[in-house]
Amino acid sequence: MKSLEELKAIREKMQGSVAFRSDDSNQTRVVVGMATCGIASGARPVLTALSDAVQNKAVKNVAVTQTGCIGLCQYEPIVEVYEPGKEKVTYVKMTPEKALEVVDRHLIGGNVVTEYTIGALAK
Amino acid sequence: MPEISLNILDVTMNSVKAGASLVHISVKADTSADTLTVCIEDNGCGMTEEQVARVTDPFYTTRTTRKVGLGVPFFKMAALQSGGSFDIRSEPGKGTVVTAVFGLSNIDRMPLGDMAGTIHMIVTQNEETDFVYSHHIDDRGFELDTREMREILGGVSFKEPEVSEYIKEYLRENIKESENGTVL
Repeated sequence: MKSLEELKAIREKMQGSVAFRSDDSNQTRVVVGMATCGIASGARPVLTALSDAVQNKAVKNVAVTQTGCIGLCQYEPIVEVYEPGKEKVTYVKMTPEKALEVVDRHLIGGNVVTEYTIGALAK
Repeated sequence: MPEISLNILDVTMNSVKAGASLVHISVKADTSADTLTVCIEDNGCGMTEEQVARVTDPFYTTRTTRKVGLGVPFFKMAALQSGGSFDIRSEPGKGTVVTAVFGLSNIDRMPLGDMAGTIHMIVTQNEETDFVYSHHIDDRGFELDTREMREILGGVSFKEPEVSEYIKEYLRENIKESENGTVL
C-alpha cells in the first residue's frame, strides 16, 4: 500500500518553492458543468482531460474548475472559457479529445475552436 | 449513469453544496452477504422531513431554474435494480446520510467504475471541504483522509501538480491492492 510518507517528501521538496500564484484578475477560467446532466453525459473524463493537459503542458494563468447545471442540459458536457476582457466562449457536447484540441488551439494558441462552440451547433 | 462512481460523484456534490465541512464516503463489498454498500455522510445543512420524503421523487427539486432533480433518484434506481436497497436520513443543521446497497453479483448492477478518478476529482476540486474515503472488500482496504494530508502539506494546495499526481496514484494503487485482482 502506498503511504503518506511520500507526501511528506513532496512537502519537504516544495518547502519555500510554493508555486507563484498569479492574481485572479488576469486568469482564464475554464469551467466544466458537473451537475447530474453533465456527469451523466460524460463530464468527468472531460474535466480530467482538461486539468491533466493544463498541468502537463504547464499552461500559465489557467484555472480549471467545476460548476453546477449551466441550464443547457441537452448540450452537455459543456465547457465555458472565461478570458479576462473577452466574451465568454461556450463549448458544447465535449469529449476528452475535443477538450485537448481546445487546450492546444484556444488556451495555448489563442484561437477559439469555432466548430465546437454552441454557435456552430445552433446553425 | 453507466458507473456507480458517477452516482457517487453526483451525490457528493450535493453534500458540498449543503455546506458540509466533512464528508465521509465509503465503498464496501461484502462477499459473504453478496452486497456492495455505498455510504455518503455529510455534516452539511441537512433537510427537513418533508424534503427527505420527496428527494427521491424525480419531479422534486429545490431549484427554481428547472422542474426536475435526478441525482438522488438515479442513485436509488441503480441500487434497486440490482436487488438492493436505498436509504436517506437527514436532520436540519446536522447533516445527511445516504446509503445505497447493491447486489454485488447481480447482473443488473452497474460496475463501480473509476473510483480513483472520481475521488481525486472530488478532493482536488473542493479544497474547502474535507473528505474521508474508505474502500474495502471484506477486511481488505484502506482509507484516505484529507485532513491528514492537509496537515502534512501545510498550506500547499492539492492542485499543485506533484501533490495532485500523488493523490491520484495513492488512490489508484491502494484501490487496486484492496481489490486484490477482482474488479468491483
